Amino acid sequence: MNPMPGVGTMKFAMWLFLASEALFFAALISAYVLLRLTSPSWPDVSELLNVPLVALNTSLLLISSVTMVYGFASIEDGKQSRLRLYLIATAVIGTVFVSIQAVEWAQLIGEGVTASNSVFGSTFYVLTGFHGLHVLIGILFLVLTIFRSYRGRYSQAEHGGVELMGLYWHFVDIVWIFLFTIIYLI
Amino acid sequence: MTETAELSFVRRYVFSTDHKVIGKQFLFTAMGFFTIGGLLAILMRTQLAWPWQEIPIIGPLLYGEASGNILPPESYPALVTMHGTIMIFFFIIPILSGALGNFLIPLMTGARDMAFPRLNLASYWLMVPAFLLVLSSFLVTTGPASAGWTSYAPLSILQDAAPGSAMGQTLWVLSLMLVGTSSLVGAINYITTIVMLRAPGLDMFRLPMTIWALFITAILVTFATPVLTGALILMFFDRSLGTLFFAAGEGQVILWQHLFWFYSHPAVYIMILPAMGVASDVISTFSRKPLFGYKPMVYSIWAIAGLGFIVWGHHMFVSGMNPLLGITFMTSTMLIAIPSAVKTFNWLGTLWRGNLQMQAPMLNALAFVSTFVIGGLSGIFSAATPVDIFLHDTYWIVGHIHYVLFGGSLFGVFAGVQYWFPKMFGRMMSNTAGIYHFVITFVTFNMIFLPMFYLGAFGMPRRIADPYQYEMFSGLQGTNQFMTYALFVLAAAQLIFAFNFFYSLFRGKVAGKNPWKANTLEWTTDSPPPLENFEEIPTVYRGPYEYSSPLVAADYLPQDQYVDGTESPRGMPAPAVSPAAGD
Repeated sequence: MNPMPGVGTMKFAMWLFLASEALFFAALISAYVLLRLTSPSWPDVSELLNVPLVALNTSLLLISSVTMVYGFASIEDGKQSRLRLYLIATAVIGTVFVSIQAVEWAQLIGEGVTASNSVFGSTFYVLTGFHGLHVLIGILFLVLTIFRSYRGRYSQAEHGGVELMGLYWHFVDIVWIFLFTIIYLI
Repeated sequence: MTETAELSFVRRYVFSTDHKVIGKQFLFTAMGFFTIGGLLAILMRTQLAWPWQEIPIIGPLLYGEASGNILPPESYPALVTMHGTIMIFFFIIPILSGALGNFLIPLMTGARDMAFPRLNLASYWLMVPAFLLVLSSFLVTTGPASAGWTSYAPLSILQDAAPGSAMGQTLWVLSLMLVGTSSLVGAINYITTIVMLRAPGLDMFRLPMTIWALFITAILVTFATPVLTGALILMFFDRSLGTLFFAAGEGQVILWQHLFWFYSHPAVYIMILPAMGVASDVISTFSRKPLFGYKPMVYSIWAIAGLGFIVWGHHMFVSGMNPLLGITFMTSTMLIAIPSAVKTFNWLGTLWRGNLQMQAPMLNALAFVSTFVIGGLSGIFSAATPVDIFLHDTYWIVGHIHYVLFGGSLFGVFAGVQYWFPKMFGRMMSNTAGIYHFVITFVTFNMIFLPMFYLGAFGMPRRIADPYQYEMFSGLQGTNQFMTYALFVLAAAQLIFAFNFFYSLFRGKVAGKNPWKANTLEWTTDSPPPLENFEEIPTVYRGPYEYSSPLVAADYLPQDQYVDGTESPRGMPAPAVSPAAGD
């Protein structure tokens, strides 16, 4: 007896999983907030980090959420090749995002900021690192979804898996908005 | 549906996706860890009774002639740490959520299995490496973790602070990460199953309290456990990568306490709520009376769970945090007494003028109520910040936690296991043995833990291997010896339960479908249930507490039994023929 017509068990479970992930990031974010507020000297982020580049990166990730939505809309209309196109676009943009993040990290390490020589470094690398890990996992699942699409798994009638993929991807995007704001902007 | 014969032994009983098998796997492993945690307690109390004396048998075995067959001083913190860690993460949470939760949820909701059976398999098998890691920590040369189950920074961050700070602590961290993942995955499964897979007619407010409790507990797990996982990851990085989250001087030592207790306070409700649910069901069944105040009981569990998220600071009154927080956390903590009291009075209301059947499950449920009240009342004292400044880290707290965890949760476990044993294994446990076990356990339990309130108020500190080195505590040794003797008897009494349990598995009286004449759905199917749980998914017509109903002659009225002339559930056609009453 399903009390929520239109919501299958998988979608319900995905929401629960995302709730738990939100709490996980909340723990890391509150660590960052507490450490930053009690820190005697926090580096000037506008000097240390390449805010314009990462702002661009942020908009790329946002665009990837749009491509993901277009992909979902495509399969809702039964358009298989459109779905694949948009899934591939999402995965590619996601990969670009992670790559630019890696460049950021390399630059920062080059400037002598490591995870173990400053509290800023500890929080920066752990927070962005776990986010990046979630993006990477998302890209893996996107690739899996693309393969499944080629194998004819999704149709206009049955495409729950694409919706689940979308939910996860948007979640990862939303987390990044928070992280970008509190690390780079404020 | 009838493919059991096709599954190999390994697929049917080892790597099983059947919730009933998984529940039993959790049950047996939890019982094993209970034994280990109990032995650690015995060692601790032996030291407290006779500090630095030779321990018969165990001394030479564990510690060797070279050290004089005594407990080495650096081992006491390890005992304390591992006793707490094992009892919490490897006994009480697995046996309540893992064993009872897994076994009962599909059966009591009229489902064939959990929403995600393979995820359920993963949930148990994630525990197995956790078991191995925590057990292997006893075997490493530097010894198991010894920073307390609370593992406060900066002690727990330093790899060379004490024996046990090295590999032991690392194994502790990794093991708990796995336990957390297992719990989380299980919780998602439980919530989905309870919300989405209920039998026709089984509205949420027709669910038995055991299921409500397990449901709300699963929600707690979903929201609280990830914070512990985050904290453990940060600790792991501090230890292995040299990050500075909790580092003394540069990081914030108190950050660990905030993150840890944000999880660990809800964790204590994770440990008590299922037992409360069990108590409600057992008390109602054995009073042959409806549960008093069903909806308030449900709302109270919600209130306890919700409030449980905003009280974590009451573990930190002496941590040096902003004293203003002492006020806020004191207030929220005291508020939790209200829904807890509602529940207590409703249990009493259920018992009042009931036709009390004083069998083993009922006796244990009654012990649950009485000892939980004592534990809860002692918590009110600690909730008051100025009082806690004195009581913190004394034996008062040890008394409080054991009254709620042993008195509460464990008696709840004894009640639940004896109540559902017939359904799980198709045989009855011996009621006589159950009563002997209960009486001795109840009496010795109080002999051990009641004096702790006196000791704590006197100022006796926790986690000190030899408190009598301080002159003011030298007079307390006699009391501690009395408590240790009582523990020896308590431990021996558990052998009665163990023997009863294992003997009954093979030679217990064969149980029918419904030996307790109870109302909930699990009692409508065979004992033990077939692989697919029910021949036909039942239809539910009423709530679970219709005992001594005027509608029927029998003193119970099962949820799935239609009575002519009564209202059918919304949208359900009345059955053409009402099924025969009773079974």
